[in-house]
Amino acid sequence: MKHHAEYRDPEAAKRVLKRIHQSVDPSREYRFMEFCGGHTHAISRFGLHGLLPSNVRLIHGPGCPVCVLPIGRLDMAIALAMKPGVILCCYGDTLRVPGSEGNSLQKARAYGADVRMVYSASEVLTIAEQSPSADVVFFAIGFETTTPPTAHLLLETQRRGLNQVSVLCNHVLTPAAIRAILEDSEQGPRLDGLVGPAHVSVVIGSSPYTPLASDFQMPIVIAGFEPLDILQAILMLIHQVNEDRHAVENEYTRAVVPEGNQRALMAMREVFETRESFEWRGLGSIADSGLRIRSSFASWDAESRYDLAYQAVADHKACECAAILRGQKEPLDCKVFGTACTPETPLGACMVSSEGACAAHFTYGRNLRNFR
Amino acid sequence: MRRPIAGAITLAHGAGGRASHQLIQEIFLFHLGNPFLQQGDDGAVLDPLEPGSQGGRWVTATDAHVVTPLEFPGGDIGRLAVNGTINDLAMMGASPRYLTAAFILEEGLSLALLDRVVASMAAAAKAAGVPVVAGDTKVVERGKGDGIFITTSGFGLLPPGIQCGGCRAKPGDAVLVSGTLGDHAMALMAERNGLIFDPPLLSDTAALHGLVADILTPRPAAVHVLRDPTRGGVATVLNEIAQQSKVAIEIDESCLPMRPEVTAAAELLGLDPLYLANEGKVIVICEATDADSILLRMREHPLGQQSSRIGEVLATSRPYVEMKTRWGGRRLVDWLMGELLPRIC
Repeated sequence: MKHHAEYRDPEAAKRVLKRIHQSVDPSREYRFMEFCGGHTHAISRFGLHGLLPSNVRLIHGPGCPVCVLPIGRLDMAIALAMKPGVILCCYGDTLRVPGSEGNSLQKARAYGADVRMVYSASEVLTIAEQSPSADVVFFAIGFETTTPPTAHLLLETQRRGLNQVSVLCNHVLTPAAIRAILEDSEQGPRLDGLVGPAHVSVVIGSSPYTPLASDFQMPIVIAGFEPLDILQAILMLIHQVNEDRHAVENEYTRAVVPEGNQRALMAMREVFETRESFEWRGLGSIADSGLRIRSSFASWDAESRYDLAYQAVADHKACECAAILRGQKEPLDCKVFGTACTPETPLGACMVSSEGACAAHFTYGRNLRNFR
Repeated sequence: MRRPIAGAITLAHGAGGRASHQLIQEIFLFHLGNPFLQQGDDGAVLDPLEPGSQGGRWVTATDAHVVTPLEFPGGDIGRLAVNGTINDLAMMGASPRYLTAAFILEEGLSLALLDRVVASMAAAAKAAGVPVVAGDTKVVERGKGDGIFITTSGFGLLPPGIQCGGCRAKPGDAVLVSGTLGDHAMALMAERNGLIFDPPLLSDTAALHGLVADILTPRPAAVHVLRDPTRGGVATVLNEIAQQSKVAIEIDESCLPMRPEVTAAAELLGLDPLYLANEGKVIVICEATDADSILLRMREHPLGQQSSRIGEVLATSRPYVEMKTRWGGRRLVDWLMGELLPRIC
C-alpha cells in the first residue's frame, strides 16, 4: 500500500512541471479534457490547477458515474427501496444523489426504507444470506470499472439459483460518451487533447480509443489517478499537440494493456448487452452508451421483475451542466452555481458528487482567485 | 426569519458537518438559545456563585455516545463516554471534577457485555481521577435502541486567568495538533469493513486534561483556542473556529501527522483523513511567539509525542480554511457535507 508515495513525490512533480513549462508554446492555448471524475478529484485535491502554465486549461469531463445518473433512474431506485420487504444495496456516494422533488436514497432511509451501502457488489450476496426472506436489489451504477463486479454478482446469483437477488442495471460505456463529447467539440470550442480513463482502461484496454483518436484527430493519453500520472499525461499531450500528432498513448502502463482484462470483458459480454440508447444526466440520450441485462438473466433483472418503467425528468432550466460537461462553459458561467445549486442542494449533474466539475470547484476552489 | 421546518432526520444530521451545524442553529438554538449556548463551544462556563468572586468558575458539558461496534480496537463505548466529556471540559481549559452518566439499554443486551463496558468506564474514570457521581438507567424494547447509548455530563473548575473559546483565534496565531489524525474513525471503519492491520490499528480514545494542563501552565493567556477534532475531523473543527473567530486558517499538508496505515486505508476506502474523527487529539491555537515552547511541552507528554505545528491564522473578510498541498498547490478545506461517504471511483 506504500506504492502511492512514489507517484506523489513532490520533487518528481517539480521536474515534470518544469518540463511542462519548457514545452508549452506560449503563442497558443491547450484545452485538455480529463474525462474521469477520478482525475478531476485528484486535480482539485492536489491543487494541480495553479501549478500549470496559464495557457494549459483543464476541462472537467462527464466521467463521474454518480453525476451522469439521470434523475428518472434514481427515482426507480427510490421507488424500489420504498417497497416493503426490499433491501436496496448501493455504492456510498449514490446515497445523497437527489432524485425528483428533493428525494434521495438517504432520505428514503430516513423514512424507513432499508438501504444498505456496499463497497463491492459481492457484499450483496452476504446481505442476501443474512436476510433470506428479503428481496435484495443491487442498484448497479458506474462505467466499465464497476461493471465486471456486477456481472460476477449476476453469474454467482444464477449459479446459486438465488431468487431473492436482483440487479437494477445502470452501467454505461465510456467510449460512446467520449465519442459524443468529441462530436460536440467539432462544433467548437475544440478540445486539443484528452486525458484518458485510468480504471476503466484497466478493464477495456487502450485499443477502444484508437478509432476515437483517428476519427477526431484527437491526442489521447491514458493516465493513472495519481498526481504524477496526470502531470506526465499532460506533458505527453502537449508534445503530441506540438508535434501535430494524434495517437493513443498509455502513461498508465503499470496497469493498462492494449487488450484490457479479457476475463472481465468476457463476463460482461455474457451478462450484458448494449442498449440502443441511454440517457445521461446533463448530456441527454447517447446511442449505444448503456448496458442492459441479457434476457437469459431476466429473472434477476429488477427492471422486468418489478415492472419498472423509466420516466425521464428534465434538469433545472437555469442549469448549465450540459455545456459544462462538454467543456463549452465553466462553473462560474452558470447563474445558479453557488447560489441555488450547492453540494448540499445540487440542481445539476456537475454538483451532485464531489467528482463533478461544479462540486470540485465549489469545494476546493471557490476562494482561490486563480482557480479555473 | 425562521426557515420552514420540513423533512426528517438523516444520518447527515449526526455526522458533525454542515447539516449538524444547521440542525443545532435552526432547532436547538432557535428554541433553547441563551448566552451560554450561543458561545458554540464544547462546554459552558457558569456564572460565579458570588458575584465578583476571585476563585475559579464551574464549567459544564454534556455528550451523548453511540458507537458501532460497542467494543472496538483500543476502546469501547464506556471509555469513550468518560473521555469524551472529560475532553469537552478540558477544551474549555477546565480541570474536570465530576461526571454523571445516563444509560439507555436495549432489551436483550448481554449482561456480560454491559459489565465489561461499565468496568472499562470505571477504569477510565479512575485513571483520569474524575468520579462518576450520579447516574440513571432506562431500558427500551428490543429494536428501539442499539445495545447501549450513554450520555455523560461533566463538571470542571476553570481557574482564574484562563479563557479559551472558539471565538478567540487571532490573525498571526499558530495552529498546533497533538498527534496523528484519523486513528479513531479508521480503527472503527477497519473493524466494520474487515480490514486487518498488523499490528492492529487502535482508536486514540484518551482523556486529554493532563496534556491540556501542561499546555496551559506556562502562560495561559497565550492559548486562545482548544478544540478536540472529533466528528467531522480537523477540517470541520477548523471551519467552526474560522467561522466563530471570523478568521481564515491556512494549514500545510506536509505538516499533518498521519499514520501510513491510516493514509493507506483512507485511500482504499475513498475517504479523506482530514474529515475522520479523533477521540484523543487536541487542536491548539496560540500566539505564534509561544508556539515552539508549547509544542515542546506537548511532545514531552505521552499523549502528545507526535505534536506538530500545522498552520496559521490569517485576517480575512470571509472565514475559510485553506490547505497548501505537498505539491505547492492550494485547495479549500470545506465543511463536511452530509455524511462521510466513500467515492465510487
